[in-house]
Amino acid sequence: MMNFPLSTSSATGLLLAAVFGLVFGTLLEKGRVTDYNVIVNLFRFRDFTVLKIMLTAILVGGIGVAVMMRGGILEGWHIKEMNTLGVILGGGLFGVGMVLYGYCPGTGVAAIATGSIHALVGFLGMIVGGVLYAVSFGWVKSAILPVGAVGKTRMTDATGIPEFAWWIVLVAVSLFVFRMLGKKERVAG
Amino acid sequence: MENPLHSRSDAPSGLRARSWSPYLVGAGIGVLSWAAFYFVNKPIGMSTEVSKLSGWFASLFVGMERVTSNGYWSGTTPKFGYETIFLIATALGAFLSSMRSGTFAWEKVPSVWSARFGGGVAGRMIAAFIGGIIIFYGARLAGGCTSGHGISGTLQLAVSSWVFFISMFGTGIVTAALMFRSGKS
Repeated sequence: MMNFPLSTSSATGLLLAAVFGLVFGTLLEKGRVTDYNVIVNLFRFRDFTVLKIMLTAILVGGIGVAVMMRGGILEGWHIKEMNTLGVILGGGLFGVGMVLYGYCPGTGVAAIATGSIHALVGFLGMIVGGVLYAVSFGWVKSAILPVGAVGKTRMTDATGIPEFAWWIVLVAVSLFVFRMLGKKERVAG
Repeated sequence: MENPLHSRSDAPSGLRARSWSPYLVGAGIGVLSWAAFYFVNKPIGMSTEVSKLSGWFASLFVGMERVTSNGYWSGTTPKFGYETIFLIATALGAFLSSMRSGTFAWEKVPSVWSARFGGGVAGRMIAAFIGGIIIFYGARLAGGCTSGHGISGTLQLAVSSWVFFISMFGTGIVTAALMFRSGKS
């Protein structure tokens, strides 16, 4: 019997990377988010495929992870730093770039493999973006990241509202959204 | 386009289907997150590997020593590993899936773009390239992308990830409104 979690550099860990990637790529393609039109039309309120996928993934993934965490079978959370200014500016740039490019890093990689040549060109742009970030990192680190840096905070800690309450609200809001989208789509035919 | 007279039951199913319900796909990504947390204690994410690739790319010009001495890349040394395999396998999964369902197609200019800006290839490629630069600079500044922040982070109720999610949708909607102001399709 193997003990989990495994090291990501172990042979089995690397094999799992391949399995997880194959599943992830298949899901992205079958979810049609390797299609520029589907992604851009979310931001034009014409296609809600992306929103449906993301909300369902958050609910299913989040409730499962929370239960496993409570059961003590996971190592711990993996929360990203809340550098307020950096996250707001970065998220803002990300939204602009996502509409121009038509993909995000994950769907871009998957789209290249389904024949999207402009996804490949945008991927080269991402490489350049990574270089620009590394070159400007000294300035970013001193001028942007410390502004409003509050560490690896979860919503439960920030608000005092307990875990299960968050999930009840998120499930309720998502079900309402799904229902409205269903009605809207039936009207649109 | 799908023929509306074509009955649903004749449509190919499983991996041969052109698409699956977005709810099924979302649930699948959720279950994949459980597995990633449980088996390797590592959430699903893509931008770390892209960032390593950018370090590798830079090393071709300035040498690996200067790359690893950079304050940013020193934390994500370009090395073949878990994330590299995950990226390649994601591409392979999408490729096999599109071959199986017959949706693989070379695409230079997507239809929503050409309906608004015409079929010119250069314009689309320039926008994709600049968009790629902007999206990735943003991803690094925020510390993650749609998978790392948008799904893996939000599902852990991370404050940073929900702020990222909202900020990204906000500017995305404004950008799309400006770009497609007189778009018809």
